[in-house]
Order: sequence, then C-alpha cells, then structure tokens
Amino acid sequence: MAGESYETHTYDVVVVGAGGAGLRAGIEAHDKGARTAIICKSLLGKAHTVMAEGGIAAAMGNVWPEDNWKVHFRDTMRGGKLLNNWRMAQIHAQQAPDRVLELEEWGALFDRTDEGLILQRDFGGHRYARLAHVGDRTGLEMIRTLQQRAVALGIDVFMECNIQHLLMNDGRVSGVVGYWRESGDLIVFNCKSVVLATGGSGKCWQVTSNSWEYSGDGMGMAMEVGADLIDMEKVQFHPTGMVWPPSVRGILVTEGVRGDGGTLLNSEGERFMFNYISDFFKAETADNEAEADAWYQDKKNNRRTPDLLPRDEVARAINSEVKAGRGTEHGGVLLDIANRRDAEYIQRRLPSMYHQFKELADVDITKEAMEVGPTCHYIMGGVRVDADTSATTVPGLYAAGEVAGGLHGANRLGGNSLSDLLVFGRIAGASAADYALGAEAAAAADPAEVERLTTLMLEPFTDRGNENPYAIHSDLQRTMHNLVGIIRTESEMLRAMEEIAEYKDRTERVKVEGGRRFNPGWHLALDLRALLGVAESATLSALECKESRGGHTRDDYPDPDPKFGAMNVVTRKQNGTIAVSLEPLPEMPEELKKIVEEQV
Amino acid sequence: MPEAAVAGNGAEAKMRVWRGDASGGEFRDYSVPLEEGMVVLDVIHSIQAMHAGDLAVRWNCKAGKCGSCSAEVNGKPRLMCMTRMNTFEPGETITVSPIKTFPLIRDLVTDVSYNYEKAKSVPPFKPKPKEADGTRRMYQEDIDRVQEFHKCIECFLCQNVCHVIRDHDDNKPSFAGPRFFVRVASLEMHPLDTDDRLEFLRKEAGLGFCNITKCCTEVCPENIKITDNSIIPLKERVVTRFYDPIARLLGALGGKRS
Repeated sequence: MAGESYETHTYDVVVVGAGGAGLRAGIEAHDKGARTAIICKSLLGKAHTVMAEGGIAAAMGNVWPEDNWKVHFRDTMRGGKLLNNWRMAQIHAQQAPDRVLELEEWGALFDRTDEGLILQRDFGGHRYARLAHVGDRTGLEMIRTLQQRAVALGIDVFMECNIQHLLMNDGRVSGVVGYWRESGDLIVFNCKSVVLATGGSGKCWQVTSNSWEYSGDGMGMAMEVGADLIDMEKVQFHPTGMVWPPSVRGILVTEGVRGDGGTLLNSEGERFMFNYISDFFKAETADNEAEADAWYQDKKNNRRTPDLLPRDEVARAINSEVKAGRGTEHGGVLLDIANRRDAEYIQRRLPSMYHQFKELADVDITKEAMEVGPTCHYIMGGVRVDADTSATTVPGLYAAGEVAGGLHGANRLGGNSLSDLLVFGRIAGASAADYALGAEAAAAADPAEVERLTTLMLEPFTDRGNENPYAIHSDLQRTMHNLVGIIRTESEMLRAMEEIAEYKDRTERVKVEGGRRFNPGWHLALDLRALLGVAESATLSALECKESRGGHTRDDYPDPDPKFGAMNVVTRKQNGTIAVSLEPLPEMPEELKKIVEEQV
Repeated sequence: MPEAAVAGNGAEAKMRVWRGDASGGEFRDYSVPLEEGMVVLDVIHSIQAMHAGDLAVRWNCKAGKCGSCSAEVNGKPRLMCMTRMNTFEPGETITVSPIKTFPLIRDLVTDVSYNYEKAKSVPPFKPKPKEADGTRRMYQEDIDRVQEFHKCIECFLCQNVCHVIRDHDDNKPSFAGPRFFVRVASLEMHPLDTDDRLEFLRKEAGLGFCNITKCCTEVCPENIKITDNSIIPLKERVVTRFYDPIARLLGALGGKRS
C-alpha cells in the first residue's frame, strides 16, 4: 500500500485521555509552560469520570476533625490488603485535600456542612466520613470544573480523536498515532513526552459498569512499547450493579446508598453481611445491628457497619449468598434504603439513583428495595509507575489514573479513584512537562514506522475474512465473565487462554463494512487489539498469582499467601509474547508500618 | 406493560433509522429481538451488531449521565439511553433520526462543535479572595440554585429545540443558546464569583433573541428549569442594568450587582 496521508502536529506534551486524570495533567503541564495537547476519543466532558457518583476521598476533617492523612493512608493500605505501593498511598492521602480545594477555586460547588465547609460522606472502608461530594453526581461536577478550567486556559483539545499507537525514537517516546472518528483521517503527533490517562479496561468483561471507552487502550499501547504492567489480575467487581431488567445489568448503584444508611438483605430478609466479617476487619467492624446502625451518628463509640466493608469483601459475600440460594429472582440481593431513611432524605442525597431506578427499572427506591449484584467496575492493576513522578518504565511515557497500577493494591476503596485522578494527574502532568522542557526538540516521526502503524489501522478494510468485530467482542466478554470473573480456578483460566488465542486469530480475519467516516464497526475492530491484550495479560497474571487477595479470588487457592503479598505480578511484552514474573514490592518504612498496623 | 409480557419471547423491535451523511440519505427499516427493559440505545446497538456494523451513533454511559446519545425518537428530542421501548405501542415502528439543529456527520451523529465554540466565549469563573482563616465558606441554601445548573449533562437537547437557531442557522454566530445561559447563570449566581457577564449576555450571547417559549425547559432530561431559573433572572438583570435609568446611574457610581 502506498503511504497513507496524515496530518501532523507538534507539541511538548501530549495527554491521551480527558477524564479527571487527563484534564488535570493537561492543566498542570500547561501551567508549567509546556505546549500541551489533550486528546480524547469522545466529546470533551463525556469521559468515564462523568459517571462517578459517590465522591472524592480526602482527609479534610470537615465532618470528623479526627481525620487526617495518616488515617486515610491506613484505610487505603488496609483496603488494598497491603499490596499497595506505599509511597503512592502516602502521596495520595497527603495531597488529596489540596486537590479538592483547588477544584473549589475553579468553581466547583460541593455540598456544604452547616459551617459552610465542604460536606463529607461515609463510604466503604473509610474510618471517617471523608468523601467530598455533590449529591450522587460528583464526577459530573469534577469533570465539568476541570473541562471549563482547561478551556479557560486555552489548552488545545482534540476531540473524538482516537490514539492507537505510541511512536518511539531512540528508546524514548516521541509521539502518538491515531485517527479522527468523524472523518477516519489519520493523525500523528510529534512530542517530547506523553501522559497516558486512558482509564481502564472493564469492557473485557460482560457485566460491567464501564462504557465503550474502557477498552484498555492505554495499557495496550504501553505494553506494545515494552512498558511494565503490574497486578493485572486485580479486578474490582463493584458489589452493587443493577441486575434487572437485563438491558441495564451492570449499571452502577453508588456505594453512597450504603454510606447514607442503606443495607444489604438476602431473600430471607437477613442482613447477611454480619456473616462475612473477615478476621482482618473484625476489630473495626460492628458485629450486631444496633451497633452498626448507631455508627452512622456516633463513630467514637461504635464500629463500622459490615455493609461498608471494602468492595471485594462485599462482592464476594453477595456472590456466596446467591450461590447458596438466598438470592432474588433475578440473581441478585436486595439493597434497602426505603425502610431506613425518609423519602425526602433519599431524594436529596441520591437524586440520580432515584431517577435511574425510576426510569430504567420502574422501581421507586424511596418505597422499595433495589435488586443489586456484582459488576466489573475497575482494574487496580495497570501500567507500572514511579510514585513520585508517575513515570512509566519507558522514557518520556507517564501514566495516571486507572490506566496506572499500584496505588490501590489488591482492592480500591470507593472515593479513592477521583482523588487518584486529581493527585496523580497533576503529578504526571508536571513530570511530563519537566521532562519535555528539559529535553531536546521532539524528533520527527520516522515515516516508515508511521506507515507501518497506519497500515495496521486500515487493515480491517482489506479483504481478509468475514469475522464480525461485535461478535468477537461479545465472545471475549463472555469468556472473561465466565472463566476469569469474581471466582477463578486454574483449569478455567487455561481454557480462557485458549479462547483468547482463538479470538486473536479471528481478529486477523475481521471484516468491516462501510467506509472510514464515523464507522463504529471499524473503531471496535481496532479496539479489539487492546481488549485482547489486556484480557491475556490479566489471565496470565491471574494464573501466576496462586492465592486469594482483594480483587483476585482463586477457588483452588482460597487463602492469602504471604509470599504473594510481598510481590507484584509483572507482565511485559518481549519479542511479541507476554512474559509474567513476580517482583518484590517496595519496602515500607517503619514509621508507616506502625500506622498501618495500629489497632483502632 | 403489554409489550413486556411478550418481550424475550420472539417479540421484535421495528425501527426506522436515518442512514446517510450531509450529501443525502434515507430512512432504513430494521428488526431486532426485543428483550425486557430495553431502551432505544440498546436496540440501536443490536442493529449495529446484527445488521449494520457501521451505523454511526454516539454514546458513553448508557445511564443518562453523560448526555452523548441525543437523537429525535419519533420526532421527539430524547436521550436514547433513557427512552424505554415499553413506552411505545407494541408493534409500533419507531423512527430514530439525528438531532436537527446541527450539521449531520453521519447517521445519528451530528457536528456539535457549535456548542464547544460557544463554551470558549463564556467569561470564566473569577473568585473573590478567601476568608481570613483561609477557607471558603458557602452555605447550602446559597448554592442550591447554582447546583441545579451544575446538573447539566451537556446533551444539547435544549440547543437543538431552541427556535432561535433550529430554524435560523444565520442566528448561530450571535446567539449562545439555553445551555450557555444556564452556564452564565451558574457563574453569575455563584457566591464566590466576582466577574460581570451582563454585557456579554446582551451583546455576544444574544440573550435578547430568546422569547421564552420554554421549549428548552421541556426537553431537559435533568429537569433544570432553564427558562424560569436562569434565562428570566438573567434577562431581568440585563434590563435593570441597561434599560433602568436609576440603576444605570448607580452603576456609573460603581455599584456592580446585587
């Protein structure tokens, strides 16, 4: 094929992704004086962050003055089953309050305390009410604030532009290649550094709260240029997704429902979470209903309700209840706030949940319980980064937000994602700008390499077979759901590997109908590469990790194993195949160990 | 729900979907299996997977939170993800076409860049100094009305139905549209903001074009009272500033706004 034509742009820093992390990174890089572009594959303001509901975790101490970064750090580490990168968890807990206040400087309006400060709400795994929020639409407030800030600063934004590959020059990143969704025209950016802020990969799984955007493209691109991924087997199944009707299965029901007083019940009406308090959390969890209910008002004299154990614990509990025959008609459990809080309170605190159930399921949550069950929500694993700079293992490449791994360890606490985006988005943007401003001029892209990549992108239009990209995608989602889901076992995962290999083969023969102009079939055909790469990396990591911890549960190795508790599972691509290894976690300093081990 | 009773048992959704681009196109008929609880966007996805892989549609959250999947369903501007199939008569053919006010890109996707250009023109948030103790104090009752405006998911359905631009393309350069009146209201009524956007509203944003027919309010999926709570109060402020002689005199003496 003769070289396809493409347009070329040159910047210091290119940020791929415009959710919370990408926008915050772009703002920081711009403020540092770097010529910065933000590239997003949807319209601006539509990224996954917009769907976040509950809030931003930050130890501001507005509701509970006892709260501080050390308590937040401890909660994050314990919630992550101590597999977290301790330095990331420390930076995150220390800087989150400033990042929230910064949003207020840019126009965000959080719900208020009686004293006029930012109100904070209870959430799973957090000792104190800690989440700054706006009803149950916090992500919308956050993305709109950042979006408007980026626009006010005049940062160049390339919307509906889908980046597919990283360009390398002399061992470091030198640009990105992608296409415009509208026209199908190809586009190349030359730059000195790249921030990946592309989010997660939940679209590998069938029942998910994630949108089409979560195809793991950042992880896929990073892997292609040799970057390390860590802990890809640690996948969070949020305990409460909608289960009925089938068309809404997986849509998120915020943890805020439980934070605001809702409780989980099985079909026998039992508050079953009291039966699932693990030894690890026994000392800090209420063991009776009276204490659990009193905790909402009086945290000094009562322990936390088990309804708000970390998400991995609650998801597994729901899974067990349903398996034991105590589930609802549609295979979920009940989440009841109607009998626990008055209608006015529910509508004020949870307006979009009220709306969502009313519109999509004909359920009035002020009068009836919701039917809920686990849904694939988040991946704790991701691109390995340096805690202080967000630098990946590839020079010039940075990563922040869900695409990066480490902060959340084996399980992420609710509310720690939005704060992650802000804290590490800013750090990644600053580091990428420092790197770019200290580097020589960006090398122009090698035309032969660009041609190789653009040819790859246009391959689905050539006559290679008759495979339907939608069918391959839904087959992959079924495989991952059935064989690499909440509970895993070796034989099933080996079967998943065979099926993934078959899907890779079928993808070589994919056929796309229509032309290049706004063609979702073509877009999906290209997304399959990253989806399959992430699925393979996650499955290989899950096979290697022979223990159960957080978002990785093995039927054949049901207990945590101290050996794996001290290791990251690392995947990296070498000579076209994905290699897996175990590498030791960074050692936590003694004074932080004391904080984590302290009994409350 | 008569339809729900048969959904999943061989029931079919009959759809008539616009296919084409700026150079022309046509409505095409598709049938796909109907399952319980389906929304229009689910059916569009089924058509993609089964009959037309290249059918262009924008969507993200599928839960009414991102405002991407705006279209006209049986001629009514709607979010496809929040339009249940069981709200139609069983067996009825449902027509889905792109929103009308913006140039067509392809199928159900339109060029909404007008809105992103208008967003750039709005003078940004300009906060007053912090309190003496370094905090920002605002009370819930003072921000309730602004939080209503912050619910906007930028689906642009209000822009789509606004007569000022729906039927008069030539008004677009001099009119910002309801979405951006809501945005300006959110800034003007923000307890911390110090900027003044009344001149911008009167001139560049073309607030005077709006003749308060409330079409925008009717289609807002977030139920924001666009006309009553943002446009009318802004109009009152503009009138007071520019057309009330006493207020003009006070303005000249340095008063800004209430």
